Amino acid sequence: MSFSEIFRSYNWDDVKSKIYSKTSQDVENAISRPQRNLEDFMALISPAAAPYLEQMAQLSHRLTQKRFGKTIQMYIPMYLSNECQNICTYCGFSLDNKIPRRTLTEKEILSEIEHIKAMGYDHILLVTGEANKTVGPEYFKKAFKLINPSFSHISLEVQPLDQHEYEELIPLGLNTVLVYQETYHQEDYKKHHPKGKKSNFDYRLETPDRLGRAGIHKIGLGVLFGLEDWRTDSFFTALHLQYLERKYWKTKYSISFPRLRPHAGGLTPKVEMTDRELVQLICAYRIFNEEVELSLSTRESNKFRDNVIKLGITSISAGSKTNPGGYANAPESLEQFEIDDQRSPAQIAEMLTRQGYEPVWKDWDRAYGGV
Amino acid sequence: MLTIGDKTFNSRLFTGTGKFNSSELMKTALLESGSELVTMALKRVDVNSNEDHILGYLDHPQFNLLPNTSGVRNAKEAIFAAELAREALETNWLKLEIHPDPKYLLPDPVETLIAAEQLVKKGFIVLPYIHADPVLCKRLEEAGVAAVMPLGSPIGSNKGLKTIDFLEIIIEQSNVPVVVDAGIGAPSDAAKAMEIGADAVLVNTAIAVSDNPVAMARAFKMAVEAGRIAYEAKLAHPIGHASASSPLTSFIDEL
Repeated sequence: MSFSEIFRSYNWDDVKSKIYSKTSQDVENAISRPQRNLEDFMALISPAAAPYLEQMAQLSHRLTQKRFGKTIQMYIPMYLSNECQNICTYCGFSLDNKIPRRTLTEKEILSEIEHIKAMGYDHILLVTGEANKTVGPEYFKKAFKLINPSFSHISLEVQPLDQHEYEELIPLGLNTVLVYQETYHQEDYKKHHPKGKKSNFDYRLETPDRLGRAGIHKIGLGVLFGLEDWRTDSFFTALHLQYLERKYWKTKYSISFPRLRPHAGGLTPKVEMTDRELVQLICAYRIFNEEVELSLSTRESNKFRDNVIKLGITSISAGSKTNPGGYANAPESLEQFEIDDQRSPAQIAEMLTRQGYEPVWKDWDRAYGGV
Repeated sequence: MLTIGDKTFNSRLFTGTGKFNSSELMKTALLESGSELVTMALKRVDVNSNEDHILGYLDHPQFNLLPNTSGVRNAKEAIFAAELAREALETNWLKLEIHPDPKYLLPDPVETLIAAEQLVKKGFIVLPYIHADPVLCKRLEEAGVAAVMPLGSPIGSNKGLKTIDFLEIIIEQSNVPVVVDAGIGAPSDAAKAMEIGADAVLVNTAIAVSDNPVAMARAFKMAVEAGRIAYEAKLAHPIGHASASSPLTSFIDEL
């Protein structure tokens, strides 16, 4: 059974009402069980769990340290292009935003690499808009050949690709693909993605399946908080995660927590997600799934990031630029979204050390894939 | 004294290097543990850098390095990683770990046996991490591994010796050293493993994530030593039945 079939067997409104009807007893049961299921996850993300936040945080902290130790993985995004053929209501790269478009040349990629390596990074996340004709698989292959010798671990956050395209990139060093559904609310998804290939909800929904079949090492899931009810969207993310873990059991998984940030042509969030609620969600994921990696970007503030690393987060970025060429070539070009935490990687590493965590710059080796 | 391959160890406590909050603390704790065999994941090491921070801290006469292949998913990747480790770290010792399941990190017995057979032929001192499967241990022994490393419970779980019945069979049958690896969460677990006759134990999480890794390392050192002494002194085994003061067979002597 594919995830699409499983997804169709659920009704958004029914799920939402189930989450909102969870009780204190449900939350207490979820916290005290040795293993939690999706019903428990519903309780942990429900309004009924709000008074239990400290208990959840303590448990999440313990579970995270047991599995991941006192370490935090460091990664950095590198934007290769802001060209995009989609209209998305929430994104600075949207086709209808009249901004200068830029795709890095080979020479520019090399100078970005030089700057990023100087910061100490070994794990890199490559990001683009969605312009399949100009920034598609052939462009990625060229980029990988330039980037692979300098980094042990390469992640990709680009348009969804076909299975065979992923299969061609894996031997070139592709380790991880992040593909966020943005929202699992199908009608709202259509409203936010009125034009371009991204408007195809099902093709995006089935991307993790294509990745699993291609034998990718790690898949990153997530939704964009602000588009729809975060609790219901998170339930569907957890449902997706559970399905993938059981079907593609050799693949690792991570979850990210992007909240809507200011950008050109900015969209006001339909649903605000407070800091307390984001902490609740991070803890809920950890209590539900002790092994999943949880990632937090520089979208969040210094103070929030400094405190939340103890509560379940396992990887963070630092010193990020969200515009193509932002490190070396075009520091002034338009960003996809504004970052909040502006500190350098060295400052973040120092903060982690001060809190009793070791920043981990390398946790993979190209040799493992025979690359 | 414990001999594995071409090395002899005074300490029967082997240790891991992951999950510590700093390399300085890792080194201090491992020195305190007395451990002479220290495993580290190849994926955490920058073999191209002369200044790799983990390797730098492990450069100490007390420590012998045991690179491990944690992260590989099949025999082919394991062999590739092993050869890289041998070239970069100048040791033919290898902890063979193949766990394609990233959730519970349980070892793949089929790929492990295939890789072990080939790596032994290539001249490696192979210590395979495996499930507590007595038959697999014998197969690996026949393949020429230097020791077997069956798990007590899943890696990092701190659940102790859930596989104790099978560990006892493995220990009874083995002609190579048996190192209980994974799941040991408390010094008492380590002591128990030594009491049943394990030749050594490998501990990482229980030391690294404790509130005081240096003190915990010392506790494990003492527990391993106590467990071994108890084993050598021959534990008095509990008797499962009463010793009757009026035996039912005493009448025979009266016939």
